[in-house]
Amino acid sequence: MNATMNAEVQAQERVDYQVDSTAYKHWKVGYNGAVATLTLDIDEDGGIRPGYKLKLNSYDLGVDIELHDILQRIRFEHPEVRSVVFTSGKQKIFCSGANIYMLGVSSHAWKVNFCKFTNETRNGIEDSSKHSGLKFLAACNGATAGGGYELALACDEIFLIDDRNSSVSLPEVPLLGVLPGTGGLTRVTDKRKVRRDRADIFCTIQEGVRGQRAVEWRLVDEVVKQQQFGERVAQRAQELAAQSDRPADGKGVILTPLKRTIDSTGYHYEFVDVGIDRTARVATLTVRAPKAVSARNAAEILAAGVNWWPLQMTRELDDAILNLRTNEQDIGLWQLKTEGDAQHVLDTDAIIIANQSNWFVREVLGFMRRTFARLDVTSRSLYAVIEPGSCFAGSLLELALSADRSYMRDAAEGSNSVSVSAMNFGLLPMVNGLSRIEARFYQEEAPIQAVKAAIGKSLTAQDAVALGLITVAPDDLDWDDEIRLAIEERAALSPDALTGLEANLRFGPGETMNTRIFGRLSAWQNWIFIRPNAVGANGALKLFGSGKKPQFEWQRV
Amino acid sequence: MAINYDERIPNNVELSSNKTLQRALEQWQPSYLDWWREMGPDNSTNYDVYLRTAISVEPNGWAHFDYVKMPEYRWGIFLAPGEQNKKITFGDHKGDDVWQEVPGEYRSTLRRIIVTQGDTEPASVEQQRHLGLTAPSLYDLRNLFQVNVEEGRHLWAMVYLLHAHFGRDGREEGEALLERRSGDADNPRILTAFNEKTPDWLSFFMFTFATDRDGKYQLASLAESAFDPLARTCKFMLIEEAHHLFVGEQGVSRIIQRTCEVMNELKTDDPAKLRAAGVIDLPTLQKYLNFHFSVTSDLYGAEISSNAATYYTTGLKGRFEETKLADDHKLDNSEYEVMDVAGDRILSRHVPALTALNERLRDDWVTDIQSGVSRWNRVPEKLGVNFKFTLPHKGFHRKIGMFADVHVAPDGRLLSEAEWTHQHKNWLPSEEDRLFVHSLMGSCLEPGKYANWIAAPNRGINNKPIDFEYVRFN
Repeated sequence: MNATMNAEVQAQERVDYQVDSTAYKHWKVGYNGAVATLTLDIDEDGGIRPGYKLKLNSYDLGVDIELHDILQRIRFEHPEVRSVVFTSGKQKIFCSGANIYMLGVSSHAWKVNFCKFTNETRNGIEDSSKHSGLKFLAACNGATAGGGYELALACDEIFLIDDRNSSVSLPEVPLLGVLPGTGGLTRVTDKRKVRRDRADIFCTIQEGVRGQRAVEWRLVDEVVKQQQFGERVAQRAQELAAQSDRPADGKGVILTPLKRTIDSTGYHYEFVDVGIDRTARVATLTVRAPKAVSARNAAEILAAGVNWWPLQMTRELDDAILNLRTNEQDIGLWQLKTEGDAQHVLDTDAIIIANQSNWFVREVLGFMRRTFARLDVTSRSLYAVIEPGSCFAGSLLELALSADRSYMRDAAEGSNSVSVSAMNFGLLPMVNGLSRIEARFYQEEAPIQAVKAAIGKSLTAQDAVALGLITVAPDDLDWDDEIRLAIEERAALSPDALTGLEANLRFGPGETMNTRIFGRLSAWQNWIFIRPNAVGANGALKLFGSGKKPQFEWQRV
Repeated sequence: MAINYDERIPNNVELSSNKTLQRALEQWQPSYLDWWREMGPDNSTNYDVYLRTAISVEPNGWAHFDYVKMPEYRWGIFLAPGEQNKKITFGDHKGDDVWQEVPGEYRSTLRRIIVTQGDTEPASVEQQRHLGLTAPSLYDLRNLFQVNVEEGRHLWAMVYLLHAHFGRDGREEGEALLERRSGDADNPRILTAFNEKTPDWLSFFMFTFATDRDGKYQLASLAESAFDPLARTCKFMLIEEAHHLFVGEQGVSRIIQRTCEVMNELKTDDPAKLRAAGVIDLPTLQKYLNFHFSVTSDLYGAEISSNAATYYTTGLKGRFEETKLADDHKLDNSEYEVMDVAGDRILSRHVPALTALNERLRDDWVTDIQSGVSRWNRVPEKLGVNFKFTLPHKGFHRKIGMFADVHVAPDGRLLSEAEWTHQHKNWLPSEEDRLFVHSLMGSCLEPGKYANWIAAPNRGINNKPIDFEYVRFN
């Protein structure tokens, strides 16, 4: 019954990733010079879906959408912020993680999409720490469990209050029969380097670890007595801020509400358009080049601000991707297209590269990097469709490089072209840390150099085939049928098998912490999430809170 | 220079206005002609052959008869006329409009079906390419060439579909159809039977009687396809296929007649005496029938086939005369009887009809081939010779399906390995039999003359006399 009810609710109510930044339900944001303090104080009755209460500072997608919004505003509106402190507004509890009742009533697809978004937000925290000079400190002023500890793990440092009671824990295995699904298991080892046998113990005890042992095991960086906690956190936040190169006197760029129209045909923005064919289960996502390139230096770019094409386009693309993922789950194939003057894109790329040291340009580049990286981990088939009038050039070529296949029309007299720019060689890496071109060619030197040598050239379909940049180049006569057949063929295949196939092929050899989170951890979690031991009538996740003991099937698989 | 496509390639597919097709066929046609010169009838390029050419789809006057050099034969592209509002008649899509375009979902399966069918056409030309050197008459030589050029046209028909509906993959498959070679160890034709030799005219007649009849049943079930261009193409091919079956049935019938005449003249049924008199004894003919019947039987595939079920459910391939059958045309709940081997017994059991579609098509073919055999039996009967040809048991000499691992006698008895080794020479042509048949083959090319081992036909082609000069050698 839950599943049916849930499906109905989801059909009725679209999740919106644009929130009112003046009225967060679950967070209080304090700006104090170089330090921003994000206080998690979850409204129990503020769940994004009915049917559960967000007790004990437990979160759902709505809480994380707010967090995503807050982080974006710190990045763009508050360049003076250099360190961010996470803490809790509740007594004795920092955060108890994702709400279990919410998980219990959610469809599998909802859970997976929720975990993906929360993972991306946490990866974004680390991305900003690495690239943008924003340092994060988790001030765990109470019990820090499950997803709460995973949020802390995403920060640069973790301070735990020593009140003889509060612990950090990953109780998913003993309590719920599932895994810590938001990177916790991976970060404990890959990031914090907790020895594997200790991690084994830590992940199988409900009560977690506190005090000096937590430090000794590297689970936290410091434990601080209750009385000194606030002071020590403030002090450390300032120390972290001192490491940053964010401009104290920078003037922020306000992220004004996105202008968009949502109707039955899709999602429409100024530079991004999504058309949806529900019968064919195909979305056409079109990104448009700027009509002109006016801002050419840092001052002009800042003056353009939120309307600067790279920022506005990326905001629109980000929103479109999140909408399609959450609200259009049956649309299994996205055609990626572009429109406009490629030279404008290439000029903009050059301007971004020339002004990288400017904090705002750096933030925009980071946002582009994170948004394109969303495509790589999107569980939809992606076909780039490259036609005359398109502008798959430089940064927008990344769209084609992120696709599972690319079809480029071999149009008469070279009227269709793609081009590469310096943006394609490391500034917009995938979550595995490689540029899409490096990943595409498995880091083999010769083909990568050949593509690099083509910077500045307008590449015809045949050139692009020869360089290995695109998949196939049907000519004018074949074009319509090839595209139609390729799409129809894809749309008929099992969506589950495709998700697995695509995820396997998109990331070549070589793992990073992030690929392990999206790959290994998510794959196992997805399996566990549909097993009877978790979600069967007597499964641990199902029975959580009922007082009944789960009945496991003991067979090891 | 503008090329008149309609003149070069007779067609009813609006070739002159379809650029995609023109380009594809322009590239393919030279390769095809190269293939024909290399693998078509041996040493025949300069012959003027009295051939029929399909020039339209009108029931009266679809064919034109005249002398033509085979490389200049106008291999046309014809689809049987389309029907307005035609609906799919079976499977999950029953009742929907037929498809004018390939649904992407079934693209690769349909391509495979078309390629497999298409591959048999050039294969049989290759198998028969040396027969012209030993023709028993001008009339038979002409019939061989007619069959050959029409197999060539059928290849065109399949390549047309590949080019028109399968894009680049289709064009590549079209090229591959010209690259495979019957009997080539490295690059063989797809189906085993099409890699066997057709070493002599008796084999040729048997092949056209039995194996081309498999072609008829395959084409007939594809003529029911939801993919309308395929259905219409196959429907038109069936018109020509009828002549091929006639060539085979009438050819064997004339051999039987000649043998019976000599039996009566010499008043003997002793094979040795008959062979000495230069005719093929009836038991040897029965062995050839056994061989071709069993080898062709394998072409239908395994009795139980999930592929066949999928083809049916998805609307790609129907049953023989699907629309004339009175059932739900979905076969969700019906059953079909197939034979099975259980220990030392052959029994029959009921299986879901969907999975037994290969067997059903094979049974339809067996019924048809039995009628042909019955017509043969009228010849000895009429001439007062006491001999009846019979079809062997379905399990006899099979390599595919339920009977692949056992030995079955023509009368249906299961045999031990030893019994089979001991007796199979009585049922299948031995090396000695084949050598004897081969020894009779020698060309007989004077108008009106027929080789000693085969009777003249009752009448000629297109109302021409039997001594007409069907082939001019120049």
